[in-house]
Amino acid sequence: MPSAISVKALRKSFGEFEAVRGVSFEVATGEVFGFLGPNGAGKTTTINMLCTLARPTSGSASVAGNDVLAARDEVRRHIGLVFQDPTLDGYLTAEQNLRMHAELYGVEKAAVGPRMKQVMEMVGLWERREGQVLTFSGGMRRRLEIARGLMHSPRVLFLDEPTIGLDPQTRSSIWGYIRQLQEQEEITIFMTTHYMDEAEFCDRIAIMDHGEIVALDSPDALKEQVGADRIRIETSDDAAAIEAIGERFGLEATISEGAVSFAVPEGEEFVPRLFAELGVPIRSVSVSRPTLDDVFMAHTGSTIRDAESASNRTDGKVAAQMMSGMRR
Amino acid sequence: MSVRTADPALGPEGAAPEVVRVHVPERSWRGELRAIKVVWRRELLRFRADRVRIVTSLVQPLLFLFVLGGGLEQLSSASTHGLDLKTFIYPGVLCMSVMFTAMFSAASIVWDREYGFMREMMVAPIRRSSIVVGKCCGGATVACLQGLIMIALAPAVGVPYSVTLILGIFALQLLLAFSITAFGVMVAARITQIQSFMGVMQLVIMPMFFISGALFPATGLPQWLAVLNRLDPLTYAVEPMRTLVFAHLDLSAATEAALNPGITWFGWTVPVALEIFAVFALGMTMLAVAIWEFSSGE
Repeated sequence: MPSAISVKALRKSFGEFEAVRGVSFEVATGEVFGFLGPNGAGKTTTINMLCTLARPTSGSASVAGNDVLAARDEVRRHIGLVFQDPTLDGYLTAEQNLRMHAELYGVEKAAVGPRMKQVMEMVGLWERREGQVLTFSGGMRRRLEIARGLMHSPRVLFLDEPTIGLDPQTRSSIWGYIRQLQEQEEITIFMTTHYMDEAEFCDRIAIMDHGEIVALDSPDALKEQVGADRIRIETSDDAAAIEAIGERFGLEATISEGAVSFAVPEGEEFVPRLFAELGVPIRSVSVSRPTLDDVFMAHTGSTIRDAESASNRTDGKVAAQMMSGMRR
Repeated sequence: MSVRTADPALGPEGAAPEVVRVHVPERSWRGELRAIKVVWRRELLRFRADRVRIVTSLVQPLLFLFVLGGGLEQLSSASTHGLDLKTFIYPGVLCMSVMFTAMFSAASIVWDREYGFMREMMVAPIRRSSIVVGKCCGGATVACLQGLIMIALAPAVGVPYSVTLILGIFALQLLLAFSITAFGVMVAARITQIQSFMGVMQLVIMPMFFISGALFPATGLPQWLAVLNRLDPLTYAVEPMRTLVFAHLDLSAATEAALNPGITWFGWTVPVALEIFAVFALGMTMLAVAIWEFSSGE
């Protein structure tokens, strides 16, 4: 089966700043593919290029078999989009928003009604179809956006941070819809997220950091590659502990989220040695199986949250540049 | 165009519901017309939902007509040859009422961008020109709905109803509203903040309105004002409107000559048809610029 998305050496610069530094990947038809990385890693910029909303500086990409530059309209006909920021018309009702979408996409009139019922039932909003969108909660609006993105039966659905800012319950229900969608429709889902736990639901994920893909595989395979367990210790002298871990055990430790953390195979058996030989008082210790956070850490040297707080400082400027590029 | 689906949307008991798959056709003129229509209809839906706007945008023309017109009447009766000042400024106020509504309609494009809806339209497989044309038609229609209320007030300022008068005013208002919306959309393509947009529009629209001769006859003006008046595009919408309204009044030749002298270029009286054409041509030019601006972006 041909790839739903095929990307080769894609780049995007905003002036001096290189938001995406040459990424390449393939997404198979029917796959749920996740883009994982901290805010500012270039995920949204990549999505914008795939959706024909931003022109690549160089490289090529095709979506649903069409080149994003040469066949822009063809791409647009076959994709559904759910943006990070809301794009509903709050003054209109849920139904009016969906009907408007169907008209813009030229969906044949006879099919609009049944299709609308189907997508709205899927996200549990059929009963609220006559409600004005302004009166909807954040979760309902996001669900409505997903329903709208599906109105024209897209072959690829792009979801940019579909669960950002939602409560855990709504987040899990949105994941329910995405799973259901994958079963019911012949659709490929491309999504971005910076929630590690959500990336687990994807068939494959690409980890992105500073505009580059640093790892790409299924969540399980990625975790297996890390192999080692992660040990986190709180000590009275972190700097000394890091040095001691390096000297005594030959392991590289870093400070993240206020604790010293390092990876070691068979971590549980390692703990007694750690207490016996470290020489720095330990206040607490925890051992965990590798998570996607560890995968991220193994590839980038920092946790996703640390990466975010570091990138927040430059975010404002980058966002402003991206806005000016997006303006029209 | 086909629907690949088994009819009732639900399959047999227990089975997964049949998926209604729809098909997005290739880009066509029909598709573009549908897009224009839906963008247009959205303006009407929003206008209907926003009753406050319907009322507030009537306040300004009514103030001009009845408060300014009624108040200054006492000072001006000598120079209006007995014609009520309200009647005299009525054509100008007819223009004004659609101008402000059209301007607010154009502002919605800035709102749409700020609140994200613009993106929904921008990523659809349609031409950008369809969005712009739909917006302009929507703005013109909404403004003309407002204009109908002003037309209805004709007898209150001493202008009797007649079919030709109502149709004529409506057509002129439609033309003016379309041009002003096109102007607004053209400006909106460059400005991303609603406050700046409103500022720019006020800066342009208010002087245009005052200079156009909506409130005074375009004759015997100081030289500088006469020049500005001839350069003001709105002049060429106000003058046909006044000519139309005055044609339905029983006025003496002297009154007509004093209050509706016509627009002259170096002594040559510009025909009304040319004036109307100028407004039309300008509106179309601004529409073209607006389309170009929206299409050239990413």
